[in-house]
Amino acid sequence: MFTGFFFLLRTYGVPVTLTEWLTFMQALAKGLAFSNLTDFYALARSVLVKSETHFDQYDQAFQAAFEGIETPQEIAEQVWDWLSDPLVIAGLSEEERRQLREWLGDTDLDELRRMFEERLREQAEAHHGGNYWVGTGGTSAFGHSGFHPGGIRVGGESRNRSAVKVAGERRYRAYRTDVSVGVRQFEVALRRLRQLSSKNESLPDELDLDGTIQDTADNAGLLSLRWQRSRKNNVRVLVLMDVGGSMRPYIKVCSQLFSAVNRSTHFKDLRFYYFHNCVYDHLYHDVVCSTSNASYTTGVMHEFSPEYKLILVGDATMAPSELMSKGGIIWWGHYNKEPGIEWLRRLAKHFTHSVWLTPVPREEWEWVWGRYTMEQVQKVFPMHELTVDGLTHAVRSLMVRK
Amino acid sequence: MTAAHAYSGTHDYIASPELMQTVNVAVSLARPLLIKGEPGTGKTMLAQSIAKGINLDLIVWNIKSTTKAQDGLYVYDTVQRLYDSQFGDHDVSNIAQYIKLGKLGEAFSCEERVVLLIDEIDKADLEFPNDLLWELDQMEFYIPETKQTVKARQRPIVIITSNAEKELPDAFLRRCVFHYIEFPHEEMMKQIVLVHQPQLPERLLDLATEAFYWLREVPGLQKKPSTSELIDWVQALAMHGVDSGSVISRMPFMGVLLKKDTDVETATRALKGRKAGAGRR
Repeated sequence: MFTGFFFLLRTYGVPVTLTEWLTFMQALAKGLAFSNLTDFYALARSVLVKSETHFDQYDQAFQAAFEGIETPQEIAEQVWDWLSDPLVIAGLSEEERRQLREWLGDTDLDELRRMFEERLREQAEAHHGGNYWVGTGGTSAFGHSGFHPGGIRVGGESRNRSAVKVAGERRYRAYRTDVSVGVRQFEVALRRLRQLSSKNESLPDELDLDGTIQDTADNAGLLSLRWQRSRKNNVRVLVLMDVGGSMRPYIKVCSQLFSAVNRSTHFKDLRFYYFHNCVYDHLYHDVVCSTSNASYTTGVMHEFSPEYKLILVGDATMAPSELMSKGGIIWWGHYNKEPGIEWLRRLAKHFTHSVWLTPVPREEWEWVWGRYTMEQVQKVFPMHELTVDGLTHAVRSLMVRK
Repeated sequence: MTAAHAYSGTHDYIASPELMQTVNVAVSLARPLLIKGEPGTGKTMLAQSIAKGINLDLIVWNIKSTTKAQDGLYVYDTVQRLYDSQFGDHDVSNIAQYIKLGKLGEAFSCEERVVLLIDEIDKADLEFPNDLLWELDQMEFYIPETKQTVKARQRPIVIITSNAEKELPDAFLRRCVFHYIEFPHEEMMKQIVLVHQPQLPERLLDLATEAFYWLREVPGLQKKPSTSELIDWVQALAMHGVDSGSVISRMPFMGVLLKKDTDVETATRALKGRKAGAGRR
């Protein structure tokens, strides 16, 4: 049962596995969904979806699977509430109530209840208009937006929202990681960038058991404890950021990445440099990009050993000449003897682990302005889009030699 | 599900119906319940409430960045044994006396069923949750030093909280039931505050929550205030008898809500901007 829902979930990108599906079946068998769609919605989500970042996809899949289904139990519950709540009838005047009783004959509430139950059982489809079935706009005793003074309003505007409706609201859209980004999520992605090593400067605070036994034996059996350093992250990171004019639309996401990287305290060393559209002879120390506050790119490569992980952030879209020609640099009064691509190749050759992050969404790579230079850059660096998922992939590729 | 084991919130903890259902699902499926949510939404409080609600003892295992899975099972105090061997005042051949059970071991060996809270699991190393897979699945572990198996007499109810500082491994997630505690909406927030501050005048509560939700929407805040900060704030307001008109317009004691200089500046600027906007209207 519901196997279609399973595949729908996977189609919408919720990573449901068979194990979880079986657990879900087990839960259904135990009757934990209480045979109504609202509880079913919550149950399925708690068992099948393991991250709030997938809630939105879940909602979409749920809506697609169960659109238009409202379980009778849900409606019935509203009706019982309605019937057991005398306040609802209190809106009517004494006169109206008398008329109503006349109209309905001698119908008391219990009778109405029984009729409703019966009618529900008989009715197999939605019904609108008419004077017998539960539906809308008719004169039957059951339904809404209709005219029957003693009728039961079924559905319509109500206190309980149906599960499909809740799913349709897509409240979790903001949690998606493939579109939305945030400093916090970037930080989480960056945490993966680590390589533990005991060759560091921390205090030796772990008991080295083998060493202790050796030392104790050497010490003629008198206890001699030996301590070792615990393992610490050994990753060093060098970030080069494009602050050119074409990056202007992406300022927000870049600054989010910037603060995330800055807040990541787990790197052994972290350095920032800036460039304008493409890397040439100089790398700049601040976003102003003036040569008075810059280092030679060759000097930077000299200073930082290849074990630094290189992250370039830039849109990589520029005029082909900026990347491919001598003197292609966009700044007036500057001249580059070698084309930018040459510098990029040099960086990629020196830093064995490198990656290029672009804020341009992946689906636009094919047709965006500057597509040509983007392709060229991709031949030099593995390129990922600047989203949480993209960063996660980038971090993964930084951990292995390309 | 027996009625004795159905959780339905406690008087000092307001749980959404969805959360209650998820707790009961986790209990009857005998799966660990993983709770995520913004800081200050009461993840840790939930375990206390569950323990209280179904009348069980609570064992808390606080995870730190240095915590290893082994620590929760048992610790073999080698150093003590080495020292003892030096001075000869204990029988060092009895290894069992150097085996100290961790929190998980404690929960397993309890006679009664307990609630085990593994708090902030994401603080530990990435591999930590994976190292606990077998133990949480089978509810048993083996101590090679004493050739002894510790097996749960009563399967404990396991509640795990995470602040999403690290991704949890998929294999681990597959075995859990998951719930994300959303930030409470205004009505629920008022109830929560009232649980903590039952004496609060209604008008003050209304104004404070309104100001609080406005503040959370101010763009550019680095750390949004959370429930616990609101509770502290209303307490501060009530104690100092601030006149209700200024709660929204001036937001006194903002330092209780915002913990960063830059955030206070941002909020003050937004507050001024709002006043100016209101004046023009």
